[in-house]
Amino acid sequence: MKLEIKNLTKTFGGVRAIDNVSLAFPSGSLSAVIGPNGAGKSTFFNLISGAFRADSGQVLLEGQDVIRLSRVERMRRGIGRAFQVASCFPTMTVAENLMAAVAAHVGQWGNLYHRFPPPGVRERAEQVMELVGLTQVPNIEAAFLSHGDQKLLDIAIALALEPKVLLLDEPTAGMGPDERWRMIERVRGLWEQRKLTLVFIEHDMDIVFRVADTVRVLCYGRVLAEGTPDEIRNNQAVIDAYLGTEAHAA
Amino acid sequence: MKERAALREAAIAAVVLIAVLAIPFVHRSPAFEDFVIRLSAMALFATSLNLLIGNTGMVSFGHGMFYGLGAYVFGLTMQMTDLSLPVAALLAVLATTLAALCVGAICVRLGTDYFAFITLAVQMLFYSVIISWQSLTGGDQGLRGGIPRREIFGFELASQLHLYQFCAIVAALGLLALRHISASPFGQTLRMIRDNEYRASFLGVVLWRARLRAFTIAGAFAGLGGVLAALFVSGAYPELADWPNSGQAIFAVMLGGINSFLGPLLGAMILLALNDVVTRFTEYQGLVLGIVILVFALGLRRGVLDFLKLAWPGRSR
Repeated sequence: MKLEIKNLTKTFGGVRAIDNVSLAFPSGSLSAVIGPNGAGKSTFFNLISGAFRADSGQVLLEGQDVIRLSRVERMRRGIGRAFQVASCFPTMTVAENLMAAVAAHVGQWGNLYHRFPPPGVRERAEQVMELVGLTQVPNIEAAFLSHGDQKLLDIAIALALEPKVLLLDEPTAGMGPDERWRMIERVRGLWEQRKLTLVFIEHDMDIVFRVADTVRVLCYGRVLAEGTPDEIRNNQAVIDAYLGTEAHAA
Repeated sequence: MKERAALREAAIAAVVLIAVLAIPFVHRSPAFEDFVIRLSAMALFATSLNLLIGNTGMVSFGHGMFYGLGAYVFGLTMQMTDLSLPVAALLAVLATTLAALCVGAICVRLGTDYFAFITLAVQMLFYSVIISWQSLTGGDQGLRGGIPRREIFGFELASQLHLYQFCAIVAALGLLALRHISASPFGQTLRMIRDNEYRASFLGVVLWRARLRAFTIAGAFAGLGGVLAALFVSGAYPELADWPNSGQAIFAVMLGGINSFLGPLLGAMILLALNDVVTRFTEYQGLVLGIVILVFALGLRRGVLDFLKLAWPGRSR
C-alpha cells in the first residue's frame, strides 16, 4: 500500500516540529528515516499514525486522505506502528498480549459472553508469534522479557493488526551490536514475507545503508534529502548536517 | 480448555455453596449465620469494587454510594409497594446501574487522581441528599419500620436460616457472574487499560466506553450487595452510603489482594472477623484495624492472596 505525505506541518508552541514535509513511500518499499535528535522523526510518525493532530497537510493511503481520521480508523485502514520505548502490556504473558491485541482488532474488546480469548483469536496470535519468533516464550509476562524481546513483542502487537504500512520507531534502540543486526534481519524478513510498506527510524548508519532501499533525512522538521543509500552517503548537505566526516570515511 | 476452566470454577462455587448451606443442619450458630449474611453483602461490594481497582486501575473512593443506593431503593420499594422481593431487588439493581451509568459518564474521563477525588465528592453529595430528604429516607435515622419480608420461592426471609441461605446463594451467583466478566475478553480489555491505556487506544479500544461499562457493572453489583445489607439490617442507613463504608471496601480489597479474584472475598472475611473479635475486647477498633493495615502495607506490601501467589508461583490468577 502506497503511503504519501503532502505538505505536513505541525507546530508545538511556535516551534515547527514538522515543517511542510512531503514524502512518498511506494508500495512494498523499505525506507529509513534518519536525522539528528530533535529533527522531528518521532513527531512525523505520530502525525502519520494519528497520535498527534496535524496543523495542515495530507496523509494519503493509496490516494485516500486519512488526516482527519482517528488513530483507530487509520489502524483499520492499514497503518500499524511500534514505539521507540517498547509499548506492551507488562502484566500479561506474550500470548495474552497478542491475543488481546487481536481480540481488540476484530472488535471483540467489549465481549462479555465468551471466555478470553474469544474464538479464532488464539490461532491468529500464534501465527504472529511464529512470524516474529517469540514461540519460545509464550507464557512469560512481558515485564520479564529481555529488552530485545519486548521490542519484538511491540512489533508483534502491531503485526497482529495486519497492517499494510508499518512504522517502526527505532526498532534497534538500546540493543548491543549483535542484537541490532539480528533484530533488523528479522524486520527485513517480516517486510519480505508480509509485503509491507515499511518505514523505520534508525540511528545506526551501518544498518541504514545496508538495509534500506531509500533513505529520507529529516533536519529541523524539514526534508533535507532523499535518495538511495549511496546518494545519501555522498550528499554534501547531509554530511554537513548529520553524518559528519566519520560516517563519510566509513 | 477454557470451557473446562469455567466449569471448574462453577463446580468449586457449587461445592463451597453446598457446604455453607449444609452447616446449619449440622450446627446452628446465630453468630456464624450473621457473619455469612454480612459477608455476602460485603463480598459483592468489595469484589465489584475490585473490578475497578484491580482489573482496570481505577481507584474509586465513592463505591459506597451504590451500595447505599441499592439498600435504599430496595427498602423503599418493599415498604411503599406490594411488589415481590425479587422484583424489588431487581428494581434496586436497575436503579444503581442507571445511577452508576450517570455518575460514571461524568467521572471516567478524568485522570486517576481526579477520578478518585470526584467519586468521593459525588458520594458525599449523595450522602447529604439522604440526610436532608427526611420525608423519604428518614434522614439520619435511616429507613425505619423494617422491610416486609414477603415469602419468595418458599424462602421465608423473616427466618434467619432462610435469610442465610438466600444471601449465600445470591452472593455465590453474583461472584460467579463477576468472575465470568473478569475472565471475558472485556475483562482482558480492562487489564490492557490498566497496563497501558495508550497502547490499548491504538488497538481499537475506546477507553472511556470500556471504563464507563466497568464502572456501571461494578455499581450494579454493589447495589446487589446493598440489597443483601438492607435485608440483614431490615432497613437502610445513611452510613451504608457514607465514605467510611467505601473505605471498608477498599480495605477489604487491599487486605485480600487486588490481583486475585477471590482476594476481596478473603479481605472481607478478615475485615468482618477482625471487627467482630476486636469489638469484644476494645472500643478502639479503628486503632487495631489501622495497625493491621500497616502490617499488610509495610510488611507484605500486598494483599494475602497476592502474597501467597508470589510465594508459591506456578498457579495463575
